[in-house]
Order: sequence, then C-alpha cells, then structure tokens
Amino acid sequence: MSEIDEEVGSDNSANDSNTPRQPASNGKPAISIAKRQTNRRRVLRTILLTGGVLGAAMSGFLPLVYAQKKRLRPPGALDEKDFLGSCIKCGQCVQVCPVSAIKLADLVDGMGVGTPYIDPRAQACDFSCDAVQCILACPTGSLTYHKPDFLPVRPGAALAAKPILLAKENDPEPTLNMHERIGVARLTRPEACLAVQGKGFKGQTRGPDFKGKLRYMDVDRWKPVKVSSHPYDVSECDLCVRECPVKGAISIETVFAPDGSQRKSPVVHEPCVGCGVCEMVCPVAPAAITIEAGEVWKI
Amino acid sequence: MSTLLNRRFFDQIKVLFGAEPSKPKEISPAAQQIHFYKKGNRDLIAEKLHARAHAKPSHKWRNRRWATLIFANLLFTLSFFLDIQILEGALTASRFVGFHLIDLNSALQVMLAHKHIINNLLIGTGTVLILWVLLGGRTFCSWVCPYHLLAEWAEKIHLFLVSKKLVTDQNMDRRLRTVFWAIFALLALATGYTVFEAISPTGILSRALIYGPGLALLWVLALLFFEVFFSRRAWCRYACPIGLTYGVVGIVSPVRIIYKLDGCFHEGDCRKVCLVPHVLDTVIKGRAVEPEVPIGPDCTRCGLCVDVCPTGSLSFEVKGLSKLA
Repeated sequence: MSEIDEEVGSDNSANDSNTPRQPASNGKPAISIAKRQTNRRRVLRTILLTGGVLGAAMSGFLPLVYAQKKRLRPPGALDEKDFLGSCIKCGQCVQVCPVSAIKLADLVDGMGVGTPYIDPRAQACDFSCDAVQCILACPTGSLTYHKPDFLPVRPGAALAAKPILLAKENDPEPTLNMHERIGVARLTRPEACLAVQGKGFKGQTRGPDFKGKLRYMDVDRWKPVKVSSHPYDVSECDLCVRECPVKGAISIETVFAPDGSQRKSPVVHEPCVGCGVCEMVCPVAPAAITIEAGEVWKI
Repeated sequence: MSTLLNRRFFDQIKVLFGAEPSKPKEISPAAQQIHFYKKGNRDLIAEKLHARAHAKPSHKWRNRRWATLIFANLLFTLSFFLDIQILEGALTASRFVGFHLIDLNSALQVMLAHKHIINNLLIGTGTVLILWVLLGGRTFCSWVCPYHLLAEWAEKIHLFLVSKKLVTDQNMDRRLRTVFWAIFALLALATGYTVFEAISPTGILSRALIYGPGLALLWVLALLFFEVFFSRRAWCRYACPIGLTYGVVGIVSPVRIIYKLDGCFHEGDCRKVCLVPHVLDTVIKGRAVEPEVPIGPDCTRCGLCVDVCPTGSLSFEVKGLSKLA
C-alpha cells in the first residue's frame, strides 16, 4: 500500500459507477456507452452467480427426493421429512454417543449433508448411555422424547410401552424414554442364520479386526468394550437374542417350516426399537438379521 | 446523534441490503470547515508525505482476529477430539459449558422450515443474539467464520493475480445477497427443508474441522476457486445470507469502527483492503457529513482498515465507552 492515490472514487469497488458526477437535468444519471456496457456485463455476471448458487442449492434438495429411501436415524428422530427440516446439522448427538454409533452424512450419501445417521452393522446403538443422550443433546427437537402435537405418529411406529432396558432392569426406573421405534429388526436371510441351521458359534463374532463396541454387563456397565475382545462359545447361536438391549424384543422360538419340519429361529417382537445390535453382532456375512430403518411394527 | 448522522444511519441500513452509497446532500458546518481547510493546503501534502515515510505497517488487529478465529474453531475441534467438552457441537449449534448457542441464520432456517420452536432452540438463539448485538453483528464473519479466513487467503492470491494482470475482479450487484436471503428463507418456509444449510460453506467447514473432512468440501473449494480467478470475495460480498442476518443484528450494536475526518488524507488504502468498501464511502474526499462518522452495519469489524490507516483516522469504538486503540 505504498502507492498514493488522490482520487479514491476510481478504485475497483465500483461505488461511483452508478452515481453521476453531474446529474443531468432530468435527474437521470448521465452514463457513457462504455459504462453502460460494464453495467450490462455486471448484470450478466450477477445472474450467473445467482444461477450457480441456486443450482448448487437445488442439489441440496436431493435428500428430500430420496426421503423415501429408508436410513436409520438416531433414537427419537422425527419422521424423515420433519427430521430433514429441523436438523441443524451441528453433530452434538455425535459427540455425546459413548459408542460413536452416530455419523454425519456426506455429500454423496444423499441424505442431507451433515445430518446424523447410524450404520448398525458397523456400530449399533446399544443404549449404553442409559438415557438416550443424543436426544438430550439435540438443540432443535429433531431428536425428541416428546413429539410435538401437530406431528402425527405413523401407525405401528409407536411403541406399546416404554421399552425396558435390560441393563437397568433392576433400577427404580428401568425404561428408556422412547415412544417411537426408529426401525424394526427382521430376519432377512433366514437361510444363512446359524440358529435356523441349528449351528453353534465359537470365536469372535465379526472377526478380530472389527472395531464395533458393545456394553457387556458382565464386563462393565459403564464402559462398552470392543466386540472382538469378547469371544463367544455357544452350542446353538443366539447372539442376537443374547445381546439385545431391550427386554422382550427378540427370542429364539421353535417354528414350523412349510414342509412341517421343526427348527429354531430368532423371532422379533413388538418391543423392538430398531437399535441394530442384533445386526451388528450377527456372525454371518452379510448379516442374517438386519434393521429396516424407519419401518413400523406390522402384525 | 446529529440529524445528519441519523440520516446516514438509515442510509447505511439501505446499503446493507445492497443499495449503493450516495453522496450526502448536506454536510455539517463543522465538517465543511475541515473539508475546506484541506482543499489545496500545501502543508497537508507535506504532512502526508511525512506520514507515509514514517508509517509502520501494522497487523495488530488482523493477528488478534486470526488468533481469535483459530482459537474459537480449535475449541470446537478439541472439545470433541480431546473430549474436554467446553464447546460441543459445530458453528450451527453448540453448547458452551452447557449453555446452548445457536447460529442465528441456521436457527432462522430451522424455525421457518420446521415451524416448531422448542425451548432449547429459543434459548440458544436468544443467547447468540444478545452476544452478537453486544459484539457487533458481522463481527461473527471476520472473527469466527472459518470460511472468512480461507477466503482472506484466497483473496491474497486473487490480488496477486490481479497485480500480474492475469485476472480481473468481476464485481456484481450487491442486492443479490438480499435476494438470496429472501429466496432461502422462502424455500425453507415453503418446502419445510433447510436447503441453505446444505450449501453453507460455514457449516460445511465447521463440521469438517470437527468431524473430519468430507466431499462437501468440494463446494467450498469451488467457491474459493471462483473467488481466486473470477470475483474477489464473491461469496461474502454478494451471496452469503448469514452475513446479512448478522449485519441486521449489527445495526444496533455498540461495537463499531469510527472515522475521524481530521487526520484523514483521503488516500483510500482502507477501501482497498476492505471486504465491504461501500461502508467506507465516508472516507472519500468531501463525503464525511460530520467530523466523526461511525461506520455502518455491513462492516465486519475486521480491523484491516484500522491496521492500514497511516494516520489512525479509523479506530474501534464501543459506543458509550472510551475509545479503544
């Protein structure tokens, strides 16, 4: 800035370009042809920027278009469209989760840049926070204990009763403050299920390199540990039932196949909230039991 | 406040929304006297050359500001990374040792889209509103917004390329920002979806700093590219609705830059470094309506003009308090 300028009005800010030095008698600015051309180019550029930014913004609507596609949101999430409208994308739910189950979506995920989701196969919500901390952390009510009155509850989304958390079954208040499920577990590949095949399971489910964590009450109630540090040895596989954090959500039942033969099978019950622990611990790949995100309970 | 400054106060609000500043129709006798004294004064030219020769380039305010900006963003990152839990969340919404803080523009988007305001949202928005009314509205832009810092560096490259005559600054109509603000507000209201949040470089960068980088950064890169090669500081100047929201907050803020006509040589260095040179129209020769003129609400209080001014004619001021260096 060593250059000395006497005339300030000639810099690049174009402040004076619309202001006439000498207003003409009719009050209209006297503009030269060159200046008029510059102005016209500026208008074109402005339109270009408008188009560019709005075009980019329109791509922001894609998640809304894809809202039909189900994705697992954190507990207490409003229905997808309301969720997208109310989430402020701050990630406070991510920060409070003790097992880091919640991730933020990226541009290519097509579910809203910066909105939280859970990939239960990688890390399910095991409620090891006891109080659904992500709901507590949410500043906008995108994740909420109490849905506002004007938002309808889809039939089958509401839980018949507050789910009882097995980990605090003996506490004075054993329930989770959740009124709606975030999904429903379903045995999507029964033919692959070890229980259906009558097989047991021995070793680390998901292998030694799996990073997922789970709260094992016999290890430490307040410190979830790696699933890989907790090997199993069961004569009949029941990992999904064994690790399900919600009381009465899943059990191994004897079922009859169409040909009349009897076999064991995991059966999901109404208290299922859709946390995804069963999907995470399922030893077969891909998982025999999966979460249908945003799904409701159908009889 | 004199009638003239009062008039200027309202003119500057129009300037915030995109109007071009106009020459004042009336200038106070006191200011007129100074303008007259300066005209053709040979001593003044000698004085100017002397001041030039002895001017020490300062980066005091810029350094303070960069330190603050980096510290604030680092506090977010470390709160999560080291789990020290001082400032949890991102710039869009956070909790400072438990107190909710919510970015005003994001809050507005959510309120318009969701049409349901819970207590935490209200408390967080109120706290931040009071905070930025006290601190100066667009102070948020230059002292906190991470995009501002990147854009400042991109601007340096842009200015270098301009000096080499490789690019020219393609300026645009500033009313565009107001149009964007209205469009994004209407879109949120009509579609029930906070579409601006999907492209907000402030939100994208803040989350990238805290939760790790993502492909959304490509949009930020595209904006920086546009600013380097095409139009100087285009996003902050012509597009960002967050800036306008905080600008409106800054209308009533006591923290501002004040201009003193007395020592000014009208060389225009301040306007060259300024992100929003239209707020500094008053420094143009013959424009100041009073001997002291506060700078309008679109000013980001970045202090670059304070640093660059060789005569100390521009300084920070807290209305009602003694003047700051």
